[in-house]
Amino acid sequence: MSPELQILLTAAVTAVAAALPGTYLVLRRTALVSDAISHAILPGIVVAFFLTHDLNSPLLLVSAAATGVLTVFLIEALLRTRLVPEDASIGLVFPALFSIGVILISHHAGDVHLDTDSVLLGEIAWVPFDQMVVGGVELGPRALWTMSAILLLNLLLILLAWKELKIATVDPGLAALLGFSPVAIHYSLMAMVSITAVGAFDAVGSILVVALMIAPPAAAYLVVDRFAPMLWVGAAVAAASAILGYGAAYVLDVSIAGSMASACGILFATALVVAPRRGLVAQVRRRTSQRLELGIRMLLVHLIHHQETEAEAEECRMPSLHRHLQWSEARTRQVVREAENRKLVRRVDDLLHATADGRELAEVAVIGERE
Amino acid sequence: MDLFGDYTLRLVAVGSAILGATSGALGSFAYLRRQSLLGDAVSHAALPGIVLAFMLTGSKVPLVLMLGAGLAGWVGTLVVRLIVSRSRVPYDSALGIILAVFFGFGLVLLTLIQRRADAAQAGLESFLFGQAASLLKRDVVAMACLGVVALALLLLLWKEFKLLSFDPDFGASLGLPVRRLDGLLTLLLVVAIIIGLQTVGVVLMSAMIVAPGAAARQWSRRLAPMVLIAALIGVFSGVSGSVFSSTIPRMPTGPTIVLVLSLIVMISIFLAPHRGLLWRSLRLGGLRSAPDLDPVLMHLYALSHQHPDDPEHGHSVSVIRTMSPANAKVDAALERLADRGLARQTADGGWAPTAIGRREAQRILEREAGEGG
Repeated sequence: MSPELQILLTAAVTAVAAALPGTYLVLRRTALVSDAISHAILPGIVVAFFLTHDLNSPLLLVSAAATGVLTVFLIEALLRTRLVPEDASIGLVFPALFSIGVILISHHAGDVHLDTDSVLLGEIAWVPFDQMVVGGVELGPRALWTMSAILLLNLLLILLAWKELKIATVDPGLAALLGFSPVAIHYSLMAMVSITAVGAFDAVGSILVVALMIAPPAAAYLVVDRFAPMLWVGAAVAAASAILGYGAAYVLDVSIAGSMASACGILFATALVVAPRRGLVAQVRRRTSQRLELGIRMLLVHLIHHQETEAEAEECRMPSLHRHLQWSEARTRQVVREAENRKLVRRVDDLLHATADGRELAEVAVIGERE
Repeated sequence: MDLFGDYTLRLVAVGSAILGATSGALGSFAYLRRQSLLGDAVSHAALPGIVLAFMLTGSKVPLVLMLGAGLAGWVGTLVVRLIVSRSRVPYDSALGIILAVFFGFGLVLLTLIQRRADAAQAGLESFLFGQAASLLKRDVVAMACLGVVALALLLLLWKEFKLLSFDPDFGASLGLPVRRLDGLLTLLLVVAIIIGLQTVGVVLMSAMIVAPGAAARQWSRRLAPMVLIAALIGVFSGVSGSVFSSTIPRMPTGPTIVLVLSLIVMISIFLAPHRGLLWRSLRLGGLRSAPDLDPVLMHLYALSHQHPDDPEHGHSVSVIRTMSPANAKVDAALERLADRGLARQTADGGWAPTAIGRREAQRILEREAGEGG
């Protein structure tokens, strides 16, 4: 496997592993817990590192995941005092833990090759240099193995607790009614987020893992309506971000993690703009067509109101019509053209008449649908 | 040891004090408006602005970089607003996306200029993690200018911002330009954030916004004292944090300031009068020793209204038991009420509140009405 392919695979696996728990976070409106956890696990990593003196020790994963769960516990303990609102309790807990981690690191800066730079930013480009070796045979990058294991773990948890996680996310009240323990579900989800964040921080750093966890599921949320497709579309968007991001970083020779996060952003922005039905374009188009429909109905009601009266020649004649409707000339022309195309209005010289179809539509507009 | 004779330390202390005052005061509003995490998003989103400002002007003049940071942070808040108002993506997800994506884009730009071998970008990284020791006089001057402008605007529009934070709908009905005020207050928050970026860094800036307000809120339920206390807490932790970090070796300034702040928050949550945990547990403890006393007295009081001419008319224990929860120890409570002179047993074996008891019940009612309001 070429180093490039190894990096690409690691990036894609990391992205997908992050997007899966991210889907639940987005739907549960706890997206920023990912930010809190990914920063707050720092002291856990540092302490475990002091104990083992091995950056690859699995103890680091365990300890960091435990710190992640502790973070969530602290946030909720603070919430339970009812003295601070939820957003503030998140914003209080993780900087404190992160600060402890940074101070621990800088106190042992000499004998630790663990620095805040690599924690925050990660460096996926180094992934190929740390190979998994079993019996003298290189089996691919260690990070790829770790992240694949985490991806499998996430998939396993999601599939095993599919119903519980889904109901607790979509309808917490129903979940409680059915007797699922919301606490157990919440904490297993948070453990999943923590483990994923620890695994990913090596590769993409603690800030960008937030991009991978939130942006792809949020993009999926704009495109699909059902839960299962959202999970898979989110994963696909994440993988696409990883591939696009790595490609761009390779060409431009810039930070891979930063480029992946930017790709996440671009894909999300694309979904925001062009998503069918929900996108900004669809919204504008819908508003335009609603405006046109309303215009046609107003035109028809106006015509019928003045038909066969003395004022008809003035009120319903094209050059002066826009003044009576208090529209711009352009809008008047547009509405009349559309009404003529649909054969709702007939034009004789410049005088407009409602057709039978037009009369019916106007009646519906004024009186409403007949039973 | 002559702490404040040291020029660098004095500079850092002054800078941290300015940072603490502005982020404390403006952070209080963010805290009350449930925008605590907006600060986190803005501080991360500022990174590409800093790098772009440097790329475009080639200068590291603090005001230029701060302007870039502010613009990017402000654009970030606008995008969050766009996402929330035009899609069903929730607020917190929108914040997370802006935070991480803007930051990632900033990293891309940063690595782009790092390839220019002139190392001219050195110093931009200090915005990432904060390097108080790298503060120069011109940085502190820039921070002071921005801080004064932001605080002056806050004072000038105090009444409007107060209304906006507590009852925006009422404000709108009075004809206040609520949307514009909202934008301006958010802009001031952005200013407070860029003032602090270089000292405490992108990650910890959010604590500077949230923590002083959260601590101050425990000590006061009124806005003006809260904002003042928050600013003072900000100044205190800024100065003491920078003193600690310069006297203790290998203590980075940003994290030290944040730890001091966190400590203050913890102390406030435990000790603050009326709201604090200690206070509450003392009060609850007093009640818990006689959990059935108050309700039984209230029942007696309620029953006494059935006989307005004879408030000391006796009521049977079974009636009171019917009014109480099944597991309430009504007899014991009655005995203890009698011991305290609040109730007495009548000749026919019933129970009635004494005059003192009725006054006490009246007092409890008034207290509860007061707390509800």
